[in-house]
Amino acid sequence: MSTRDKSQSMFDSAILKPALVASVVKLHPRELMKNPVMFTVELVALVATVLMVRDIAVGAPDIGFEIQIVTWLWVTLLFATFAEAVAEGRGKAQAETLHRMRSETIAKVLVGVSDIFEPVRANALKVGQVVLVEAGDIVPADGEIIEGVATIDESAITGESAPVIREAGGDRSAVTGGTKVLSDRIKVRITAEEGSSFLDRMIALVEGASRQKTPNELALNVLLAGLTLIFVLAVVTIPSFAAYAGGSVSVIVLIALFVTLIPTTIGALLSAIGIAGMSRLVRFNVLATSGRAVEAAGDVDTLLLDKTGTITLGNRHATQFIPVSGVDENELAKVAQLASLADETPEGRSIVVLAKDKYGLRIIGTAEIKGQFVPFTAQTRMSGVDVDGTVIRKGAVDAVVAHARSMGATPPMEEIERIASYIAKEGGTPLAVSRNGQVLGIVYLKDVVKGGIRERFAELRRMGIRTMMITGDNPQTAAAIAAEAGVDDFLAQATPEAKLRLIRAEQTGGRLVAMCGDGTNDAPALAQADVGVAMHTGTNAAREAGNMVDLDSDPTKLIEIVGIGKQLLMTRGALTTFSVANDVAKYFAIIPAMFIAFYPQLGVLNVMQLATPESAILSAIIFNALIIVALIPLALRGVKYRPSSAAALLRRNLLVYGVGGLIVPFVGIKLIDIIVAATGLA
Amino acid sequence: MTFNGWVQIALFVAILLVLTRPLGGYLSRVLEGQRTFMSPVLLPVERGFYRLAGIDPAEDQSWWVYCRAMLVFHIVGFAFLYLLLRLQAVLPLNPQDMSAIPSDLSFNTAVSFLTNTNWQSYGGESTMSYLSQMAGLTVQNFLSAATGIALAMAFIRGFARANAKGIGNFWADLVRVTLYVLLPFCIVLTLFYVWQGVPQNLGAYVEATTLEGAKQTIAQGPVASQLAIKMLGTNGGGFFNANSAHPYENPTALANLVQMLSIFVIGAALTNVFGRAVGAERQGWAILAAMGVLFIVGVFVAYWAEAGGNPLLAALGVDNAQGNMEGKEVRFGAPLSALFAVITTAASCGAVNAMHDSFMPLGGMIPLVNMLLGEIIIGGVGAGLYGILLFAILAIFLAGLMVGRTPEYVGKKIEARDVKFTMLAILCLPLAILGFTGLAVVLPVGLAGPANAGPHGFSEIFYAFTSAAANNGSAFAGLTANTLFYNSTLGVAMIVGRFAIIVPMLAVAGSLAAKRKSAVSLGTFPTDGPLFVGLLVGAILIVGGLTFLPALALGPIAEHFAMLAGTLF
Repeated sequence: MSTRDKSQSMFDSAILKPALVASVVKLHPRELMKNPVMFTVELVALVATVLMVRDIAVGAPDIGFEIQIVTWLWVTLLFATFAEAVAEGRGKAQAETLHRMRSETIAKVLVGVSDIFEPVRANALKVGQVVLVEAGDIVPADGEIIEGVATIDESAITGESAPVIREAGGDRSAVTGGTKVLSDRIKVRITAEEGSSFLDRMIALVEGASRQKTPNELALNVLLAGLTLIFVLAVVTIPSFAAYAGGSVSVIVLIALFVTLIPTTIGALLSAIGIAGMSRLVRFNVLATSGRAVEAAGDVDTLLLDKTGTITLGNRHATQFIPVSGVDENELAKVAQLASLADETPEGRSIVVLAKDKYGLRIIGTAEIKGQFVPFTAQTRMSGVDVDGTVIRKGAVDAVVAHARSMGATPPMEEIERIASYIAKEGGTPLAVSRNGQVLGIVYLKDVVKGGIRERFAELRRMGIRTMMITGDNPQTAAAIAAEAGVDDFLAQATPEAKLRLIRAEQTGGRLVAMCGDGTNDAPALAQADVGVAMHTGTNAAREAGNMVDLDSDPTKLIEIVGIGKQLLMTRGALTTFSVANDVAKYFAIIPAMFIAFYPQLGVLNVMQLATPESAILSAIIFNALIIVALIPLALRGVKYRPSSAAALLRRNLLVYGVGGLIVPFVGIKLIDIIVAATGLA
Repeated sequence: MTFNGWVQIALFVAILLVLTRPLGGYLSRVLEGQRTFMSPVLLPVERGFYRLAGIDPAEDQSWWVYCRAMLVFHIVGFAFLYLLLRLQAVLPLNPQDMSAIPSDLSFNTAVSFLTNTNWQSYGGESTMSYLSQMAGLTVQNFLSAATGIALAMAFIRGFARANAKGIGNFWADLVRVTLYVLLPFCIVLTLFYVWQGVPQNLGAYVEATTLEGAKQTIAQGPVASQLAIKMLGTNGGGFFNANSAHPYENPTALANLVQMLSIFVIGAALTNVFGRAVGAERQGWAILAAMGVLFIVGVFVAYWAEAGGNPLLAALGVDNAQGNMEGKEVRFGAPLSALFAVITTAASCGAVNAMHDSFMPLGGMIPLVNMLLGEIIIGGVGAGLYGILLFAILAIFLAGLMVGRTPEYVGKKIEARDVKFTMLAILCLPLAILGFTGLAVVLPVGLAGPANAGPHGFSEIFYAFTSAAANNGSAFAGLTANTLFYNSTLGVAMIVGRFAIIVPMLAVAGSLAAKRKSAVSLGTFPTDGPLFVGLLVGAILIVGGLTFLPALALGPIAEHFAMLAGTLF
């Protein structure tokens, strides 16, 4: 699914050893109680053990069979707790790295108005306190910058080594505990207390410690408990039926039948699936505040995607040079290239490249230019070069026009405005170029739709998910880009209110909405959306409002998040179906074995031709235990997921896990029976 | 099996399919309180009832209020019927001087007719006065059927409505179904049966002298009117002990066909009502298709078993060309007896035109399996639909996650609360059937019941509790059930099988109605295609059927293989 997947092998000994220990610890009834199916297995295993001890004490015959059944019952339980322990172990390994950076930090808590501070241990910080963080310091806890600007190394959280800039005010004011300030100094107001910080939540989630059952998991647990009850009824009535027929069935055989019939496969793997789903998300550098959000992601019907950065490349690319009348196109290209030589922004580079590709202009090294480069500033909104007394500028149209006027020229305003407004309508950005005060023409900077995004939207459409583009552009521009990108719909000139209205309208229509956002003004919409992914670079308000945070701040990831949610649900469904379908074969293995003593004619039902009644029962219970281990990798990895329509997914999965679930145990039990019979175990 | 036999079966299926849609449309209009062609006559009557009872038919009841109204109505109905049976000796319309009915039998019978089961531990013509038959049993035949249809509609509303607090008005549903559907249809059917030769009188029994000179008492009574509702309302309680095998209760081939059709027609039409209500008739057809698959398989196996006859008799040189004819009317033969048996047990009717006890082991297993699955193959009027919809919820939840979304059925998300109540409803059938059978096969009072030994005797007991809990009411025969033990345990099984399903079912309806309706997209689990039909059938067989496999193995399956090995019971 991802190149970032740093999944560990299941048999990594660092995980395996603690998992083996944990799987024994987890046998404690208090732990198992959370899992109704496995708890039931434990109860009957205890009963069987007591019976076995009694039979050993009285020296009953055929004790070997009984010992084997009891052993396999406990092995079944161990496999179940092992599955959960492995899933948790993998999460713990992820958390380990996070733990390491939570080494004790000393915070500089400001007292009074001046910069006087007193040292306080980070874990004693209170919400609302203001701390000073200077270059080289670790940010002691999550907070909001109230003063200053700083470059911060967030690699501990995001894995991204390039430092980021965080500043007071605006949409990039949040800092995270555990990150390191590289330059400057900031004052930070603490927003999260010890234990509830971002890092803490992340650790707790990947460890599976604070894991709460998600709605679907709860419902599934109810279903499994119900099925278990049905099989209780089916099994406890057998002794009296058998008594009527003049025979009897031993308790140990009844227990074996019961344990094989109840849905132990899914019961054993259910929590492992949930934990693994969560850690898949974390591996994707997305942090969900709850499992509920991950499930909701699978249910999403409508994706709201910001245009910039998601659908189009964040940067605009030069695609055309439009000279004013009387100026040669080549001349304009040459001057524009000169003006951009020292401009390292993607826009600037794209101008240089366009001039080279389209007009064959050689790229001159900046060292060859004997001149003075003028960098871009927010005040001038222009950049350029002064060379051999020639003043070359490029920049926002009004800024360049003002510059030209200041040099005493009268630019052809009508023509310039005509070109500029044409470009704006097409969804582009105009940049004016001037030489010595003469405006030569306009560079057309165009929004470039990301490569492959069209295919992804088509993919989503096949899955039944609608995509909507959100943009501040005017409707014409938006329509042009929407058509090019292939989104289903768009919202132009979007305001926060319009976004919120749109989400509500979609929800009223019975659709679940996912969106991502970063600004404070996105917070209401993020909170309203069923799945709100906040960008890590965003404000604290946005991060609190959403139910997921993307550490890479990559809005395209919304699509992957939906995939992870779906995969999680599919894995649960597939193993449930498989588990229930398994029962058919188990019935055919055990029923003839159970009744053959008093109704020999029922031997016909032994369709698998199992060697003896004992070997049949033993093989069924061994199969039942081994299938759990066999499916642990699938539970952790998730079932194969390819975006396609529900009908196609259902057809495929029903075939693999439904029909497969009917057939596999027939083959498996037969094979085990052959081995059991050959080795003389029964 | 003969070509002729299959043509008769195909004819039945074809007529049923033709009737499903128009009747579905009519039922939908009635249940939604819209005008129908009968409104000019019946609307004043309907309004009169509401005024008389002080009911506002437009009042939308929450699931619990709806449920409470239904329960109160049944408690009162039970008290009335129980007293009527206890006091019939002193009440009028009793030309044969029938005596009062004992308390345990009265309890059993009252429960039986109240729950649409119509299990009969008595012989009608030798026990019941005409008043008991008409004012007691026939009335409950109407009301229990109307209740079933009303409840199905309440459940349908749960799927159809969005963000709603209520699921309809029980009283209005009850009145409308009785007035616009059951009464007029039954009047027409009664006249039809009278034309076919079914008696409809209040006269005393007739003495006749047979050709051999023996004296024979020929029972009389208001048979046609009870026959009509017995079939249409899937009640099944015969006027005569021999039920629809009696020539007066099933005189002609045409009467037999109409009886079979009227058992299925409302149940089939309700699937269409469901489809219309949720905005896609295909959804209804899918449900009917799932029922159809199970039905056709059942008919095939039963007909195959009965037409094949008993191999042990064939070995003795008996001509088996007609198949197994023991316990069958010569007029109907193997195909129509097998078809009738499958229909009556699939539909929770319980009327019989042949003795299921005398079927071949596997032929007799089909009626048993039909009931064990929970009477969801067409099922009892209304009960069949809500029964299969509960299974649909279960199937959707089992496999629906596999499309990567929270399971949805017709736009409703299935969540923990719905799963919980659905499981409760599904649990009660194995509880009542296996629990009581387990008890009866070890207690001396239970073992006194069956007429046969071995697995066949087991089947007789197992069948009785299955029939009771599934509210079918057909008897395997061979079981002496008019005892204190069987009357009371079967009565309790009937109550559990009816109300322990209804109450959680209504809770699900309430929960579903309150949910918003999800939009349909390509990402939605498709529930109107063959894939879903297969899934639903699979879920019914695995969850509903496998539970009973041990019992079936010790009953009909053991008997079948014993027969092949040369042993009969």
